[in-house]
Amino acid sequence: MAGYVTHNYDVLIVGAGGAGLRAAIEAASTGCKVGVVCKSLLGKAHTVMAEGGMAAAMGNVDDRDNWRVHFSDTMRGGQYLNNWRMAQLHAQEAPDRARELEAWGALFDRTRDGRILQRNFGGHRYPRLAHVGDRTGLEMIRTLQDHGIHSGMEVHMECTVLTLMMDGGRCAGAFGYHRERGQFMLWQAKAVVLATGGIGRAFKITSNSWEYTGDGQALAYRAGAELMDMEFVQFHPTGMVWPPSVRGILVTEGVRGEGGVLKNRDGQRFMFDDIPDLYKNQTADGEDEGWRYTQGDKNARRPPELLTRDHVARCINREVKAGRGSPHGGVFLDIAWIKKHIPSAEEHIKKKLPSMYHQFMQLANIDITKEPMEVGPTTHYMMGGVRVDGDSQMSTIPGLFAAGEVAAGLHGANRLGGNSLSDLVVFGKRAGEYAVKFARENAVIHSDETQIGAAMKSALAPFDRTAKEGPYQIQHDLQDKMQDLVGIVRLEDEMQQALGVLEGLNQRAAQVSVEGNRQYNGGWHTAMDLPNLLMVSEAITRSAILRKESRGAQFRDDYPYKDPEWGKYNLITKQGANGEMIVEKREIPPLPAELKQIIEEMK
Amino acid sequence: MAQATFRIWRGDKNGGAFKDYMVETDQGMVVLDAVHRIQAEQANDLAVRWNCKAGKCGSCSAEINGMPRLMCMTRLDQLDLSMPVIVEPMHAFPSIRDLVTDVSWNFEVKKKIKKFKPRKPDAPDGTWRMQQADIDRVQEFRKCIECFLCQDVCHVLREHQKHDEFIGPRFLVYTAALEMNPLDTEDRVADLKERDGIGYCNITTCCRQVCPEHITITENAIIPLKERVVDQYFDPLKKLFRIFGA
Repeated sequence: MAGYVTHNYDVLIVGAGGAGLRAAIEAASTGCKVGVVCKSLLGKAHTVMAEGGMAAAMGNVDDRDNWRVHFSDTMRGGQYLNNWRMAQLHAQEAPDRARELEAWGALFDRTRDGRILQRNFGGHRYPRLAHVGDRTGLEMIRTLQDHGIHSGMEVHMECTVLTLMMDGGRCAGAFGYHRERGQFMLWQAKAVVLATGGIGRAFKITSNSWEYTGDGQALAYRAGAELMDMEFVQFHPTGMVWPPSVRGILVTEGVRGEGGVLKNRDGQRFMFDDIPDLYKNQTADGEDEGWRYTQGDKNARRPPELLTRDHVARCINREVKAGRGSPHGGVFLDIAWIKKHIPSAEEHIKKKLPSMYHQFMQLANIDITKEPMEVGPTTHYMMGGVRVDGDSQMSTIPGLFAAGEVAAGLHGANRLGGNSLSDLVVFGKRAGEYAVKFARENAVIHSDETQIGAAMKSALAPFDRTAKEGPYQIQHDLQDKMQDLVGIVRLEDEMQQALGVLEGLNQRAAQVSVEGNRQYNGGWHTAMDLPNLLMVSEAITRSAILRKESRGAQFRDDYPYKDPEWGKYNLITKQGANGEMIVEKREIPPLPAELKQIIEEMK
Repeated sequence: MAQATFRIWRGDKNGGAFKDYMVETDQGMVVLDAVHRIQAEQANDLAVRWNCKAGKCGSCSAEINGMPRLMCMTRLDQLDLSMPVIVEPMHAFPSIRDLVTDVSWNFEVKKKIKKFKPRKPDAPDGTWRMQQADIDRVQEFRKCIECFLCQDVCHVLREHQKHDEFIGPRFLVYTAALEMNPLDTEDRVADLKERDGIGYCNITTCCRQVCPEHITITENAIIPLKERVVDQYFDPLKKLFRIFGA
């Protein structure tokens, strides 16, 4: 059997998006030896796709903003299933993390008095998102990358992790392979931080790139860690719907933040028709008030287009199902209409939303300064993931940490736009810090040769199979079925059916074969991703079946209302003694009086 | 819908050949969709690097009918489908396999450029004040998605293989973004002249023409940097001052 190359680190970071890089910078700053493993080239991770901004209550645009408001907005958006400790730390620390990016070279858009400009976004009471046009994620990842390469971290690009190395109950590194050459790699480490992102490729219509195959969630689960909140998959309300090949590509919420409105086939602003009770006091009465809000009028309330993503996505779904959709099965998102209010609207739109202008012009032949866009929901973000301690980000496995999208807790049942970029840097930093602490206190590790042998054997098996099914059709069938059966509107029967489908797909995946050799072999890479996609799909489905209510991102047509009883629990996913998947309720720890009071005050 | 032929280069550093694939095309399809369809249906092991499929990450750089472009942003209806569509890897970098090249040189180059060094914060809370007008140009440079198409098209790298002496348009833009950042206090002009080989650029503007982000690479970044080098090293008056002033 082929050998492998060994590297030794104090701290190993898996993933090089915003969370991974921030964790690596933090760990490397202590003088620790830090390795970073990423599936793509450095700087290409999914963080580059983030558009709208980074939520941080700096109060540069509206001085009424502070961490308490941000905390209560986050909890309300998450329908109170959030890990309140994480929501608190996030709101408190995000401003420092934003300013730190500036000290490292990020250039955010400015206010008139030269400070970091902040924009409106769904579910945020005040303008809160630090941004750079509509390419904030690129600015963030490039800043972290360019700062990080001088910090001493070693980066292993285009590598896939196959398994986490375990040493008697603790995590002791990772084993995987180099995608470019096919060489096996062992990264021994005293602590490991997962920062692998989400699961979007389990669905057919998604804004996520190929990397989002649930690797971190599946690696942690198989190593024995608990996952949490797996039923909560965020469908972003506005993805492109036409032409077919670009279906799912994200259209930033920033369009609505800048005054864009949603209309149905009849030209009606349907978002005014259904405003949830939780938000009635904060939502504009009419079009005029909504417009004034987007232009910074502090006395105006937000337009209904800026309600939370789960709600907007469902309203769009309702319009389409009722036959009031656009020609290609979406609704219209109109930013061109602002020319009624702004004389130089065309230039204004191009300046505020440059990549949206570019994207529609190039991919759909549509000039968004003149015509409305057609948009519909697209799989966007995973609220659930590895269950972690709020302060340290350590999972239920000693030495295994998780930060960013792969971790659960901060966002509860629904994430607010802009809370992801801040999540990455707040908890990336914390994970890096506590991983170093753990590595220092638990220095001796040992790598299990049996585990390595088994990982290599199972990775190479697809090359030797005579059965002729490749991985692509299996992946395609999975995406189709998850979209149809466990998508934006869920039903018990359909999800039970999905479990059967998943069983069949698991059997096919166990027999998958690949052709060619190990060098940059797309077929082999996809075959290695399949077990992860299948694992997270099962967790999503089982959790969604167990939660018999509609809350946040989970909408059950058979249980269309929120049930206060279910509001007491998170759902935990873990592996049973015989390898079976267990999903169970876990009571949410009580909110401390001080935080409870903040929520009451902000109601 | 119609069918189209894709002539794709298959091989590695030891050589290779073009291979034709017939593909069903749909409305709005881009070259990357066609390559994926070939990978899924006809050549499972076809090597192609990609990520976001939305023109934001700069992974799927290739040469399409001889032009350096992003596969994900090249629509089939902009190409003449009566002829085979030729898809090749970038030429300025060593082949790994099929459409994937070894771009690691770029990452090494970046490490050598002196990092951002801000001035002391302007306000007691550790923050700075900058006017939007003063950062507009740098924000243009920071749109770069590091697709390295400018490096691919640059004749100094592509034809003359001066990778050891010239950092290429991407890193001149990167240096410009640092040099023109209102907060930065570092000086990179000597490096530009001596180590980075800015003199090799003779402003053919090929890099600017292929940039998918439409960054005005030559006019806004490289020429002003050249001016700084000239100003510091080749100004005849300053030279006289240096000789007689010392």
